[in-house]
Amino acid sequence: MAQTYRNMLVDPMVDNNPITLQVLGICSALAVTSSLQVAFVMAIAVTLVTGFSSMFISVIRSQIPGSIRIIVQMIIIASLVIVVDQVLKAYAYEISKTLSVFVGLIITNCIVMGRAEAFAMKNPPFESFIDGVGNGLGYGLILMLVGFIRELFGSGSLFGFTILETVNNGGWYVPNGLLLLPPSAFFVIGLLIWAFRTWKPGQVEAREYRIRAVEAH
Amino acid sequence: MPDIDKQEQGQEQNQGPDFTPEMNPPVREEAPSRAETIRKGPIRRFLDTPADNTAKTVTVALLLCLVASMVVSAAAVSLRPLQEKNAALDKQVNIVQVAGLYEDGVDVAEVFRSFEPHVLELATGAFTDRFDPYQFDDRAAAEDMTLSAPLDDDPAGIRRQAEYVTVYLLRDESGALDKVILPVYGYGLWSTLYGFIAVEEDGNTIYGLQFYEHAETPGLGAEVDNPRWKALWRDKKLRDGEGNLAITVAKTPPPAGRDHFVDALSGATLTSRGVDNLVRFWMSERGFEPFLERVRAGEL
Repeated sequence: MAQTYRNMLVDPMVDNNPITLQVLGICSALAVTSSLQVAFVMAIAVTLVTGFSSMFISVIRSQIPGSIRIIVQMIIIASLVIVVDQVLKAYAYEISKTLSVFVGLIITNCIVMGRAEAFAMKNPPFESFIDGVGNGLGYGLILMLVGFIRELFGSGSLFGFTILETVNNGGWYVPNGLLLLPPSAFFVIGLLIWAFRTWKPGQVEAREYRIRAVEAH
Repeated sequence: MPDIDKQEQGQEQNQGPDFTPEMNPPVREEAPSRAETIRKGPIRRFLDTPADNTAKTVTVALLLCLVASMVVSAAAVSLRPLQEKNAALDKQVNIVQVAGLYEDGVDVAEVFRSFEPHVLELATGAFTDRFDPYQFDDRAAAEDMTLSAPLDDDPAGIRRQAEYVTVYLLRDESGALDKVILPVYGYGLWSTLYGFIAVEEDGNTIYGLQFYEHAETPGLGAEVDNPRWKALWRDKKLRDGEGNLAITVAKTPPPAGRDHFVDALSGATLTSRGVDNLVRFWMSERGFEPFLERVRAGEL
């Protein structure tokens, strides 16, 4: 059993990663990865919300009417997100200012809903909790990787500590401004997906169609 | 309640297999006997009602909303004092920073006590006793129909301007005026920039400018937070020798000379223009000029 719990936790990191394999939760990954510190807090917030929402949904899963199950899941997720937002505002005010709307947008993060609908509705609470935490961590891992690249090359620092002294501050490094803008996360995530699928060819999806060669006239 | 017995049977059938990591065949609980069902209390009966029953759907929705709203309100109410303290502290940190008194690890609340808050009537430049300066909310006042007026000519992009704002005075040991901290705000490229400008006791020399809230482009417009750019404001003069407002954020020095010139941020033309507009607006006759005139006259 311990082995399976471990798999449930580790599996979403690489083999079944919500971002690189399922390509879920991309929007927030664009928004919060321009600095590592923000990405880190966001990763923790999403992990907690996914874990606990899966657990609570699983606890009442046999009582949830099928016709309103999505709304019920949303209410549970939304309540948890608001609680997380309030706690951040109370204990991590600076970060909550930068995260602002993005914490609220965890509600619409496909990963949370996806785990609730696909796993928590059919499995017992503890397994659902582990599954939620695992997926949150998988999401967080990608967030940290993207944040690392974007902060290091975009502002020349990591977790706010200067690594490459930028020209603006009298150093030598000319920061790549594109990396600080949200679209750059698309490139970074795309490259990560490429790297993951080169490392694990099993993740490559089968082609739905083949491009045929043009017949010579 | 409709016939519970029959529906209960149905529910047992409908329940999906529970999680079985080792791929065991799903174990199904045995359906309770008829005698057991009768002995059940109301809660048990409710739990055993199939989830698709209309009455149950409504009840579950209501119960869930009730519980969720209680959890959310409990969190909001119990954490509010801390949150308000944080917001107030954040503002204080910025006031202390713009006055150049901030150092790492300094007790902000302690330093902030040396500032004198006053609610100022913009039109006359005089302090008013109508409001408690510790309670007065500048942002709420700017939205309040009775305390603010719409602007026709609105270079700073703020739409409505309050008649009253909170300003902070800093005095030196002898009690003479050292600096005045004035709140300024206006539209940049994406967002309204909120900040403070610190003016020396001569009412004309800028000590510092700092924004505490904005959402400008990181790396470009957000460089308004760069300490090196903020340092450019030190010792600039608001007005020239003839008393005309001359301070400007621009690419090239104005004819009035470098004393009134802050180099614009490269790559952030619109944010720079926004800062230029908002500083010039708030330092004009429609902003703090009546008050600064009193400062220059040494009335404080």
